[in-house]
Amino acid sequence: MNRVCIVGAGAIGSLYAAHLARVADVTVLTRREEHARALRESGLRVTGRHDFTARPEATTDPAELGDADLCIVATKATHLDQAASSLEGHLPGATVMTVQNGLGAEDVVRRYGGWPLISAVTFMSGNRRGDSEVEYILDTETWLGPYGDTPYATVERTADLIIRSGLKARPFEDLRPAQWSKLIFNATVNSVSALTHLPHDPHFADEERSDSLGRVVHELVGEGKRVAVAAGVELHDDPWEMNELATRRGSAHVPSMLEDIEAGRPTEIDLITGALVREAARTGVPVPLHEALYALVRAKELACASG
Amino acid sequence: MRVGVVGCGAVGSLFAAHLAQLDDVEVWAYDLARDHVDAINANGLKLSGVGDLVGQLRATTDAAELPACDFGIVAVKSMHTDAALEVTAHAFAEGAVCSVQNGIGNEELIANHVGRVVRGTTFPAGHLISPGHVGWDTAGDTWIGPFEPSPAQPDEVERLAETLTRAGMPTRALADARGAQWTKAIFNASTNPVGALTGLAHGEICDFEPTRRLITGLIDECKSVAAALEVELDHDPEEMVDHAARVAHDHKASMTQDVLAHRQTEIDFLNGAIVERGEEAGVPVPLNRAIWALVKALEDSWR
Repeated sequence: MNRVCIVGAGAIGSLYAAHLARVADVTVLTRREEHARALRESGLRVTGRHDFTARPEATTDPAELGDADLCIVATKATHLDQAASSLEGHLPGATVMTVQNGLGAEDVVRRYGGWPLISAVTFMSGNRRGDSEVEYILDTETWLGPYGDTPYATVERTADLIIRSGLKARPFEDLRPAQWSKLIFNATVNSVSALTHLPHDPHFADEERSDSLGRVVHELVGEGKRVAVAAGVELHDDPWEMNELATRRGSAHVPSMLEDIEAGRPTEIDLITGALVREAARTGVPVPLHEALYALVRAKELACASG
Repeated sequence: MRVGVVGCGAVGSLFAAHLAQLDDVEVWAYDLARDHVDAINANGLKLSGVGDLVGQLRATTDAAELPACDFGIVAVKSMHTDAALEVTAHAFAEGAVCSVQNGIGNEELIANHVGRVVRGTTFPAGHLISPGHVGWDTAGDTWIGPFEPSPAQPDEVERLAETLTRAGMPTRALADARGAQWTKAIFNASTNPVGALTGLAHGEICDFEPTRRLITGLIDECKSVAAALEVELDHDPEEMVDHAARVAHDHKASMTQDVLAHRQTEIDFLNGAIVERGEEAGVPVPLNRAIWALVKALEDSWR
């Protein structure tokens, strides 16, 4: 694996692109021409936990990509369909890895080509500081596993490449337990944050009073766990424990869904809570609280969109 | 007859200005907004909108100035009920006090301070235009009845209803006013927080099918609590929701306006009151509890 294509250079895509450029030939596919030009002219600087400047190739034209061994699609879920469609007919030799929140990103990519697919979730975080700089904040792992018929050996080689680039990664023979833990966690925490405008702070684990937010969070996690059981998934981590642990960290994380709401952008609710609600319908598990949050966040998007 | 209006915001002003039209009623108003009080004392209390009128009354920011009254009308926001009655109760030692507030639980708080209490529910609405001047946006009826644990006398309730009706605020005296109160509270509990959490107007949360379904989910829980407490609703809240979507499509509920202005909401007296009574009665209320907690957390985000 020595040719890598990164689709989407937000914070996560930029972190992959800069690090992998140290151990492979990396080309970044961006939406904006000035973004590609900035990467070509100034390179991509990483600050925070690491400090170096990488020199990946960059283009807005999928026809210029040539071929690659690995393609990481790192756009937000809201841009996934457009990004995947632009890859149609390109990168014939690539394995494609999706890192979107929620469930179903692999199916979106599959609509546009027959590439072997890798499912991934990432727990690392960063902050973009303009087109050619990204701050590396949380140096947590990317977890990856095969999707469909993809051989596990390909997953191991991909994890190895990511680790050699200086990021943390862990291969799984079956990613679904981890993916579902994160799905239930995100479906709960991100939508509650988007509605209350609270960062992921100790409110989310407080169950002291009848009107304490943690009681609702706990019930939302409970609904999610019942769906996982019905779907035959044994969770890797208990989402309630993930929640408690995260609220004990020093500074409260602002979920991207809250950032999206406050910036008046569409959120990833459809691939996160929407995916959980659809799985619940498929398996016949009632999830009235997740349905309520799904309705409220989408209604709030409507209000934000209309000003 | 002397009437003391406690809380002379929009709704309190509608009652005070109307009652002041009657020659046989002396009206006092207690409010903490000094500019509003000063303007009322200087120029009277002016209403415009549905009807135009000016009422002459005495207003004060000092509760100790209130003389002994035959009736009190409490129109403060629910979270201020206890503090307002703490300082004004002396004026109602021989009188009966009627709540015209939103939600459930105000009469209980009033009864901690005075002996004879009237349960009330009112539909007229308005907004403050400037000190001493209130816009009268909606006409509507008021229902009153004795508050069962600390009741006013039936003839007192009748006399208050007759006086308000004569003053231009149509009011019905009922033996049991809980049905009217719960019907309005259920309407408010099922729609106001949905608007407040999303920022959408009433008609918009009804047009969007997922939020309209959530409203029905909230109403169904509330109806089960009402049934467990043997409260008979006087209208179907579902029909009120759809009616309001037709006649007040673009109206943003006061709770939505509170949230936009980062003011504390009345959620404790709506979904909070439903949850507490539901849990006491053993009726599951998960949606109302979630909504209650979400709005409380939203309030915390401003602190």
